[in-house]
Amino acid sequence: MNSRMTKWIVNGLLVTGSVVTLLPLAWMLSASFMQPGEASHAPPPLLPAHATLANYRELFLRAGMGRYLLNSFLVAGTITLASLAFNLSAGYAFAKLRFAGRERLFQLVLAALLVPLQVAMMPLFLLMKWLHLVNSYGGVIVPALATALGIYLVRQYVRSIPDELIEAARIDGAGEWTIFLRIVLPLLKPMSVTLAVLTFLASWNDFMWPLIVLSDQAWQTAPVALAGLSREHVQDNELMMAGSVVTILPVLLLFLLLQRQYLQGLLLGSVKG
Amino acid sequence: MRSERAAWTFVAPALVVLGVFLVLPVCAALLLSFTDFDIYALANLDNLRFIGLANYVDVLRTPLFWKVLANTVWFVVLALPLSLALSLGAALLLNSPLARFKGLHRTALFAPVVTTVVAVAIIWRYLFHTRYGLINYALSHLGIGPIDWLGDPHWAMPALVLFAVWKNFGYNMIILLAGLQAIPQDLYEAARIDGASAWRRFWHITLPGLRPVLLLVAVITIAGYFQLFAEPYVMTRGDPLQSTVSVLYLMYEEGFKWWNLGRACAIAFLLFALILVITRVLLRFARAKDERA
Repeated sequence: MNSRMTKWIVNGLLVTGSVVTLLPLAWMLSASFMQPGEASHAPPPLLPAHATLANYRELFLRAGMGRYLLNSFLVAGTITLASLAFNLSAGYAFAKLRFAGRERLFQLVLAALLVPLQVAMMPLFLLMKWLHLVNSYGGVIVPALATALGIYLVRQYVRSIPDELIEAARIDGAGEWTIFLRIVLPLLKPMSVTLAVLTFLASWNDFMWPLIVLSDQAWQTAPVALAGLSREHVQDNELMMAGSVVTILPVLLLFLLLQRQYLQGLLLGSVKG
Repeated sequence: MRSERAAWTFVAPALVVLGVFLVLPVCAALLLSFTDFDIYALANLDNLRFIGLANYVDVLRTPLFWKVLANTVWFVVLALPLSLALSLGAALLLNSPLARFKGLHRTALFAPVVTTVVAVAIIWRYLFHTRYGLINYALSHLGIGPIDWLGDPHWAMPALVLFAVWKNFGYNMIILLAGLQAIPQDLYEAARIDGASAWRRFWHITLPGLRPVLLLVAVITIAGYFQLFAEPYVMTRGDPLQSTVSVLYLMYEEGFKWWNLGRACAIAFLLFALILVITRVLLRFARAKDERA
């Protein structure tokens, strides 16, 4: 086989693959602008005959999607910022500070990486009920404040920072928190961005636990509310497509913006197995 | 020790969160699985009784549990090879020196991974529609009659498989791509000088070099696919004829629809024991093969 033909095959397959992969997302966008009922025709229309914003209007004015998106933003945003603070400080301490039982505790953190969260969900629900956190943002936020994966990733990254840097500041009489905030944290910026985008996407897309702990519609995140809506509006294709668009758009944009950092984090995280 | 006390202020917040909201619930789940915790116990803890292994025995005697286990295993058996093959193919194409616009293609092929599973499940529910879906429309051009994807017990699970593979193969693709890039180029150069064909280079250099990464990807994928839940919840609600109820779906319904929290915990432990055993066996099998080689 000559290399020119191979080149055509390789690129042809890649283009086909990309188009087929993106087709469902493109059709979602297109159908979200169709008139109600328009998508339910055979053969299925690829583009709206007369584009309309009616579905989006219905979605925000009648179905209350604005509230659910706001819930999602608040929950995912809080989890991202707070867990960053918890994981960065703990990961740093596991890498650079000395305290009794450090290695054994870190072994426990590694073991926690292997525990599937679903096992914990039944007692966690009872705990949340007891803490009066069911049907509140807190019910989703509090358990996500620290993650074993986050601590692990930060620790691995911090180990590459030379000890001399920290020792020098210590000799100058700086306190441990001053050293962390002034010297270490600026060096952790790339890691923080990676961790932040991983966390935000994961909490935005999370479904099972928010479904369990947020049964009251007022507090539901976008995916949970969308699942509920889709069970009520089985026939309203176009409305549901608009709902999917606004749910996916924030994470997709964030990913496109911080793709390099996200993929880096994904690769680091996959090594844990 | 002043510095020791300072160190604890760094780790304590995270450790308290992990301890209270992860370790404690997991231990409690084990205890709960030995009790008859149900809606009456939820109202008043006096109704709680220790029943030993009765939940496990009960679950293992329920035909529905074996059915949903078979459903889940069927899903994994279909989805794992498909996902691995597709992600390996995509990674090989992206790694080819002949490929153009690599960044663009990588982004496009990876995009489904970052999307919200509930939202894309809704799209696919319509793509699979018997009369109006794009999938049957495309198949009709190949002369294949309309398939009742989500309404036929034989097709519902394969439909979820197609969706799940589309959603996840980009993740494995990225890891495999990194694995491919770690294979030393001079191995290929040497093979080319020796006149080895592309197929032989793939079989004797690429695949052996990729083995540890492939194993890792297989383990991650198996563990992930066994946790099937959102897909049937949104697309089929477990129907038709309970052919798409997964183990986690059963756990969810036992626990949070019928409030049999004790039974739900037993189901969760059975599932995760199974995942642990399968992934350990896979790793041991691979290691034994390494030693023989």
